[in-house]
Amino acid sequence: MSSFAFLVIGIIVLAGALAAATLPRLIHAALSLVIVFVGVAAYFFLLGAEFVGLVQIFVYVGAVAVLIVFTILLTRRDVVGDRRTNWGGVIVALAVFSGLIWTILNTTSLGIPAPPIDPLTVKQIGEALMTNFVWPLQCVGLVLTVALIGALILVMEEKGER
Amino acid sequence: MSAQILDQIFVRAKELVLSWLNGAPVWLIQIASALINIAALLAVFLTLFAAISVLERKILGRMQNRYGPNRVGPFGLFQPVADGIKMLIKEDVVPARADKVVHFLAPILVAATAILTLGVIPYGRNMTPFAIDGGILFFFAVGSTTELAVFMAGWGSNNKFSMLGAMRAIAQMVSYELPLILTTLPVVMVTGALSPDAIVAAQGGYSFGIVPHWFVMTPWGAAAFVLFFVSGLVESNRTPFDVPEGESEIVAGHMTEYSGFKYATFFLAEYFGMFAISGLAVTLFLGGWQAPFAVLEFIPSYIWFFFKLSALLFIYIWVRGTLPRTRVDQIMNFAWKFMLPMAFTCIIAAAVWHYQGRGLAGWLWSLAVVAIIYLALSRLLETKKKFAPRTYRFAE
Repeated sequence: MSSFAFLVIGIIVLAGALAAATLPRLIHAALSLVIVFVGVAAYFFLLGAEFVGLVQIFVYVGAVAVLIVFTILLTRRDVVGDRRTNWGGVIVALAVFSGLIWTILNTTSLGIPAPPIDPLTVKQIGEALMTNFVWPLQCVGLVLTVALIGALILVMEEKGER
Repeated sequence: MSAQILDQIFVRAKELVLSWLNGAPVWLIQIASALINIAALLAVFLTLFAAISVLERKILGRMQNRYGPNRVGPFGLFQPVADGIKMLIKEDVVPARADKVVHFLAPILVAATAILTLGVIPYGRNMTPFAIDGGILFFFAVGSTTELAVFMAGWGSNNKFSMLGAMRAIAQMVSYELPLILTTLPVVMVTGALSPDAIVAAQGGYSFGIVPHWFVMTPWGAAAFVLFFVSGLVESNRTPFDVPEGESEIVAGHMTEYSGFKYATFFLAEYFGMFAISGLAVTLFLGGWQAPFAVLEFIPSYIWFFFKLSALLFIYIWVRGTLPRTRVDQIMNFAWKFMLPMAFTCIIAAAVWHYQGRGLAGWLWSLAVVAIIYLALSRLLETKKKFAPRTYRFAE
């Protein structure tokens, strides 16, 4: 059952990724990327990582996808024209892919069956965040606040400009 | 004893149906169980949708001193049937320059997300269609997908009114998602659970048998409930926050280029979204399916849930009949300058309530926190504009 689901999700994710890479219109590519995000969330669900899966949908589908789509909408006209294959990109992609495959195949831990762990609950994640990882959490909060203020300053209308 | 049987009658019925499958493989029983839940959910909420669509028009009619629909069937109660047939036999117009696939997928995605969010709400004792540990998170995660669907509707139509409407809708949804989620945080903090069932269970019990332990009875809970309700109005694009479909400015917003059944699907999704957000408000603040008084506990839990849900839906209709539409900039200012600080205040007030022992002292202290910040905010946000007495140029 679970391996069948793995296969189905895998096909959907790969199809979505392929569509995102090849579709001529940028918005279509962005929307296909959403399928990939949802598929990854489905993998998290399949592995029992409910919280991570939900956050994946929340952040990537709810926020990042909307951000991408709006960036495309507000910055450029949809140029359909120059569609020659970018050989440099193909080489870089192949290099990254083969590097990843080489690393994965050389990882010894794949041969060891994973030890059974208790299903992680939201409560445990919260406790970990508030005890061991409270400083990283605060630092992330600080970085995000700085980014927010920076974005606001960038778009703020300057007084003497008009 | 008979009250208990009545309370669990639907759960028993489902168990009975599943018992016919005894001996079948586990996955078949799981799928059958899920299908029963889905069928029950859809049946109940499609009926409620039909009922509310005619009741809304009748109530609005009464508020505007007219009758409302009264031609089809007794008291016009068969109006939804007539509407449905009308919508089904209408021509499905797709603009020639539209992005066909995106245009087609948008209403489906909107309706699907609205139905999915309905799944995690506990409708009665042991009556949650889709009970997961992170139910509240699921609700918001799936709900945030609506923005993408609205964008698809606006962009796929290839029409400036659609695009403007979609941008307005997304802007206000993103802005109000923040107060919406932040006002659920105090409840999650106090109960220490993200599952709706645990939150409802935490609101059980009564003081002196007449005061229920619902979170709306605490100062932070009351403030958070009001903020949540207003954010819910915005999220479901209801008056006074219906600028995305302001007919006088942009025809019908992102739904401009939809006709026939696709338009009906958007309409259905809007109402389902309204049910979901009201259902979550009932779950979080109004005690879910708990009875308001200890003596009334013999009435089945699902009746209490739907009673509270209907009360909230009536307020939605009441607000629609009362308030005029706000401007876009007013909505945004209200979100960032008032709703957000008040939502944070609710979190602090809930913490104060918790650390003062959840008794009378905590109640008074959290009331003080909420009141002080509210007064300070209203002082700071006062625009101090002196409006001249209105002069009428064309009237009178």
